[in-house]
Amino acid sequence: MGKTFSEKILGLKAQKDVQAGEVVTVSPDYILSHDNSAAIIKEFRKLGVKDVMSPQKLVIILDHIVPAASEKYALNHKTIREFVSGQKIQNFFDIPSGICHQVFSENGFALPGKLILGADSHTTSYGAFGAFAAGIGRSEVATLWATDEIWLRVPETIKIEIKGELPSGVYAKDVILKIIGEEGADRANYKAVEFTGEAVKKFSLASRLVLANMAAEMGAKNGYFEPDEETLLWLKGRAKDKFKVISSDPDARYEAVLDYNISSLEPQVACPHTVDNVKPVSKAEGKEFHQAVIGTCTNGRFEDLEIAARILKGKKVHPKVRVLIIPASRQEYLLALKKGILEILVEAGCVILNPGCGPCLGAHQGILAPGEVALSTANRNFRGRMGSREAQIYLASPATVAASSLEGKITDPRKFL
Amino acid sequence: MKKGRVWKYGDNVNTDVIFPGKYTYSILEPEEMARHALEDLDPGFAKKVKPGDVIVAGRNFGCGSSREQAATCLKYAGVQAVVAKSFARIFFRNAINQGLPVLQSEEAVDGIEDGGEIEIDFDRGSIKTARGDFSFPAFPESVMGILEAGGLIPYTKKKLERK
Repeated sequence: MGKTFSEKILGLKAQKDVQAGEVVTVSPDYILSHDNSAAIIKEFRKLGVKDVMSPQKLVIILDHIVPAASEKYALNHKTIREFVSGQKIQNFFDIPSGICHQVFSENGFALPGKLILGADSHTTSYGAFGAFAAGIGRSEVATLWATDEIWLRVPETIKIEIKGELPSGVYAKDVILKIIGEEGADRANYKAVEFTGEAVKKFSLASRLVLANMAAEMGAKNGYFEPDEETLLWLKGRAKDKFKVISSDPDARYEAVLDYNISSLEPQVACPHTVDNVKPVSKAEGKEFHQAVIGTCTNGRFEDLEIAARILKGKKVHPKVRVLIIPASRQEYLLALKKGILEILVEAGCVILNPGCGPCLGAHQGILAPGEVALSTANRNFRGRMGSREAQIYLASPATVAASSLEGKITDPRKFL
Repeated sequence: MKKGRVWKYGDNVNTDVIFPGKYTYSILEPEEMARHALEDLDPGFAKKVKPGDVIVAGRNFGCGSSREQAATCLKYAGVQAVVAKSFARIFFRNAINQGLPVLQSEEAVDGIEDGGEIEIDFDRGSIKTARGDFSFPAFPESVMGILEAGGLIPYTKKKLERK
């Protein structure tokens, strides 16, 4: 019997033959943390250890509340900067850089066959490059800094075969929302999800990142795409380390194989207050909203901004809607700037914010008042997530958010393309 | 073995409603975290909860963000344990790492009423309710060690000191 990607990589790391269900003790290749590093430092200090065991493995990226929105946030950032310099941590990215998952990827840490653990639930993103990447908690990261060791359960794997071709006006975001809506928020709890099929082979890396990122919203421990030529080409000149592609065996054992055909898929919308409350745009059309967000680790890349600009070019956003644009990273920001994308968006009446998490987690830059409604390209619409618990959040693709911003209500983007 | 009042909730209770994101980087003290426990799910909870109370919930408890404060705030609010039909992976680890017992039992959840009183016996793996007793599988030794030490940080500290 063959093995899945997850069985192979965790077996390799544990230096033994393993199967799904087993618990292994492993040492990761990279350990990610962000603004929560301040809280992790506090836990690390309690361990009575002076130095981080493998500082070269740490990647710390400030992104959640950048620049600091209050004295408390400023103090957190200061604590982190002092720790980074004291521990000689090389892989530190201060506030100009962008959202951790984008910055981690474009700086070549997200590599095929690497084991990456991060103090963020959307660490699953790096599966887009064929890494095993999972989110963990703060105590675990502090312990990893001190001991370089953690136990992990080898997950069962669900294979999702995506066939057909994306219709015009339908994007990776619609595909993953459709899957989450069908399968539910806990379908992949504790499990790995492999995305495969003729359709995803044609997806750009930015689009693959959308699926791997949102695998977390099905409860997945990690997501996975088999690296292809496009992946390897993208990694050329970026990769921070040598790597080896690890793939599932053709006769690997899967917990389930799910088939999706996207050829007749409509744009999708996740309605309040859970990500799996998904409807086709035709069933959510007409819902008025006050704030639009195009950005986040899910959909803040150049291809997302470009789609929005294509729809908004030469037009004005609805006067009752505030449209916030947050490029995922400085690199994506710069590219959009050079290509004139940001000019189009500013002329249309959008507000361009600095790269970072923005209002996604409800800490700053566009908090919702009671009774307000937001339409966002983010990955979560939980009650209270962007501010008031009496606010509502809808999730959709950048195209749907841009088209809806023109009308002031949820709108099918296909009529603008 | 302690008796506690039951606070019963539904499926997919996410970490944002357990501990809102707006506090995740501004509140670092666990006692202060406790004052915001379940704020966006049940705004009255933090004021009324008493030491030894138990949260009972449906499927996928603790889904969403990896924020460990979701477990910390419940523990410091006095919650003795969370009983659910299932737990989201990261929350499950975080709860144990904070020394907060998480018990999975579909039958118990269906059999326990909101506001009722229950008694949990961790040694025997049983939950005593007005409607009868339910059992839950015993924790593996390693997990028990972390729970007994009061969480992963004190557990690791002891381990490092022994070395």
